[in-house]
Amino acid sequence: MIPELGHFALILALGLALVQSALPLAGSLTGNRTWMATARPLAYGQFLFLAISFACLVQIFLTDDFSVVYAAGNSNTLLPGVYKVSAVWGAHEGSLLLWAFFLGAWAASVAAFSRSLPVAMVARTLAVLGMVSVGFLLFMLLTSNPFDRIFPPPPDGRDLNPLLQDPGLAIHPPMLYMGYVGFSVAFAFAIAALIGGKLDAAWARWSRPWTTVAWAFLTVGIALGSWWAYYELGWGGWWFWDPVENASLMPWIAGTALIHSLAVTEKRGAFKSWTVLLAITAFSLSLLGTFLVRSGVLTSVHAFATDPTRGVFILAFLGVVIGGSLALYAWRAPAVSSGGRFTLVSRESFLLANNLLLILLTALVLLGTLAPLIYEALGLGKISVGFPWFNKMFLAVTPFIALTLGIGVVSRWKQDDGARLVRQLRIALGLSLGVLLVSLLPVFSGGRLWVPVGLALAAWILLSHLTSLYERLRHKANPGAMLADFLGHSRSYYGMLLAHLGVAAFIVGLTMLASFEVERDLRMAPGDSVEVAGLRFEFEGTRPARGANYSAERGRVLVFDGERQITELAPEKRTYFASAQTMTEAAIDAGLLRDIYVSLGEPLEDGAWSLRIYYKPYVRWIWLGALLMACGGVLAITDRRYRTATRRVGVPATAVPARA
Amino acid sequence: MKARSKRLVFVALAIGGVGVAAAMAITALQSNISYYFSPSQVLADEAPADRVFRVGGLVEEGSIERQSDGLTSVFSVTDNAERVLISYTGILPDLFGAGQGVVARGRLGSDGVFYAEEVLAKHDESYMPPEVADSLKTAQAEDVSSMVDGQ
Repeated sequence: MIPELGHFALILALGLALVQSALPLAGSLTGNRTWMATARPLAYGQFLFLAISFACLVQIFLTDDFSVVYAAGNSNTLLPGVYKVSAVWGAHEGSLLLWAFFLGAWAASVAAFSRSLPVAMVARTLAVLGMVSVGFLLFMLLTSNPFDRIFPPPPDGRDLNPLLQDPGLAIHPPMLYMGYVGFSVAFAFAIAALIGGKLDAAWARWSRPWTTVAWAFLTVGIALGSWWAYYELGWGGWWFWDPVENASLMPWIAGTALIHSLAVTEKRGAFKSWTVLLAITAFSLSLLGTFLVRSGVLTSVHAFATDPTRGVFILAFLGVVIGGSLALYAWRAPAVSSGGRFTLVSRESFLLANNLLLILLTALVLLGTLAPLIYEALGLGKISVGFPWFNKMFLAVTPFIALTLGIGVVSRWKQDDGARLVRQLRIALGLSLGVLLVSLLPVFSGGRLWVPVGLALAAWILLSHLTSLYERLRHKANPGAMLADFLGHSRSYYGMLLAHLGVAAFIVGLTMLASFEVERDLRMAPGDSVEVAGLRFEFEGTRPARGANYSAERGRVLVFDGERQITELAPEKRTYFASAQTMTEAAIDAGLLRDIYVSLGEPLEDGAWSLRIYYKPYVRWIWLGALLMACGGVLAITDRRYRTATRRVGVPATAVPARA
Repeated sequence: MKARSKRLVFVALAIGGVGVAAAMAITALQSNISYYFSPSQVLADEAPADRVFRVGGLVEEGSIERQSDGLTSVFSVTDNAERVLISYTGILPDLFGAGQGVVARGRLGSDGVFYAEEVLAKHDESYMPPEVADSLKTAQAEDVSSMVDGQ
């Protein structure tokens, strides 16, 4: 009964989505206000039915209804309750439903928080979101229905992949999807503005908070995925340049470019066409990501067992979205007036330079990710692109991003003076060079060239932002005004500051980890001890242990710094009952400045094991950086001006002060 | 500077930058890709002797042997037609095991043993790397056609 209810709700949602994508749009083109006014109720209705459908699937998992194929394949009676819920999005069908549910939620929030927008704009935006929803719901109902039944039902389910039975991974996909789907709002705003032929500062201001929220979600989602891979895959890597990771990184980089370009469009009215292109790009890359994950065309650690018809459907959908929106762009964009003028030395120019660098990076990641497909299509053989290439490309581009970031933040809109910039930045520049020279000393760098480069770049970002902060607060009359500025008036500025400090923290983490990590794979018998990175590790052997749905061998490793015991680690090798799959559970002693990471390899003769003993300096800074970026994004959208902007409709672009 | 010439400068810079970047990226790509070969192709000397490449197939039942250092394993992978011996020093992934599809990246030694730097086994047990699935299909097809030829 429940599965049928869920299925039926899904079909009703599709019906509403079809109407939502046509009626309000037609109304906005013919000026029929009644038709336009249907957009909001339709969006709420669609969200309601998607919520019912999703709740049904959760209920199926909680009650172990294995007559549903999807539940039988991904759950098990022994599975702890929390993971029964997260198993809902543990594989293809359910994660699509989650995706559609989020899309409905985003559309409903757009409907709810757009009271002050022109009704035609709302109608068009929701219509575009309706179209996206039609695509996903059709895809789900035609190729991957999560409510399909099986008869006779199996006595027990096949279990959720043990790797996914983890709190980090339970929330990683929802975060990621919130981000992916959130970009569809930015996309819908852009398309709606193109249809209306009115790309102006007001449009950018409406778009900005939505895009930033989506971006913050995606940031957290990617960081969680990376953190999960680090502790759960058992070999201590945090980024593998795997096609699926790249699939989430590309929309993120394009989205980063988009939020900066939107800033220019809002403040100065410039870059309008470019912003629209970026919105289309970010969303298309999100779709491409789905295609890569779902179609199984690339060898990836994430690929689900696959079905070619799914790939074809997504590819067709991708073609319609990209082709359609680019055609619309080609048709309407020339009519868009070119906006605010600016000179070569101006904040606009530095933002543009950073935008181009970010897009270059996106293009490189795309090239590396798709190269195997291109080679195969051209009959050049089956290849894979090694991660050294990606690392090289990343290192070739990011230093320039960091450099322009520091200049951009202190530069002025529209027109600035090179000499003034040099004057303002000379202290930051001097100190960064100092960091470069000091860390160049063999004591600090150990002869590794990237250490001084990375640390100097991080210092440069930090110091130039401090300069900007100083310049900002210098003219405040009294501490009270400073505090007011800090607390309320310009949250978006402080959000930006925080996010950029995240970039600096990320660079520090990346540099230190890549330069000073120590990884040792070795054979240890009980009682053996070994010295790694100045610490002594004593292996005391393993003992059997039991969990709710697995049995395990639990090792005991004591870690000493000199004579002092720092910690005791208990890495596990688990065997899950339902799937008989083995899994490595690493033991980590985490710290701000270093992680100690121990995981069990394989059992050898006489109680000996092969062990991984890793020393990971500053690894936390990588995720800390991502977290700071996300927090900065969230802080920025609480800025008062977005709230006042939603109350006052159609603020003329010229009324915006020239300085952020 | 006039808006027009300013835009020209930007466009020129962008095109130049993209051109240089593309050239560098593709050159670097050439030296960083590794081709995939099935065991049959390796046996037929189609794989390069001096370059890193990948080989994949199913791990043969009973072929996994561990050397005395405890960290080096030798096993053979097959596409159900030919087999290649693979030696790997390090800890194998959790899903590695007899009958599993794996892909190894490394070099072919002069002794005919493939020395792997990396061995990948997939997270999802019902999932097989597309390359391995392909080479199993090819080997099977050739098997069938050689039977037909033999008659």
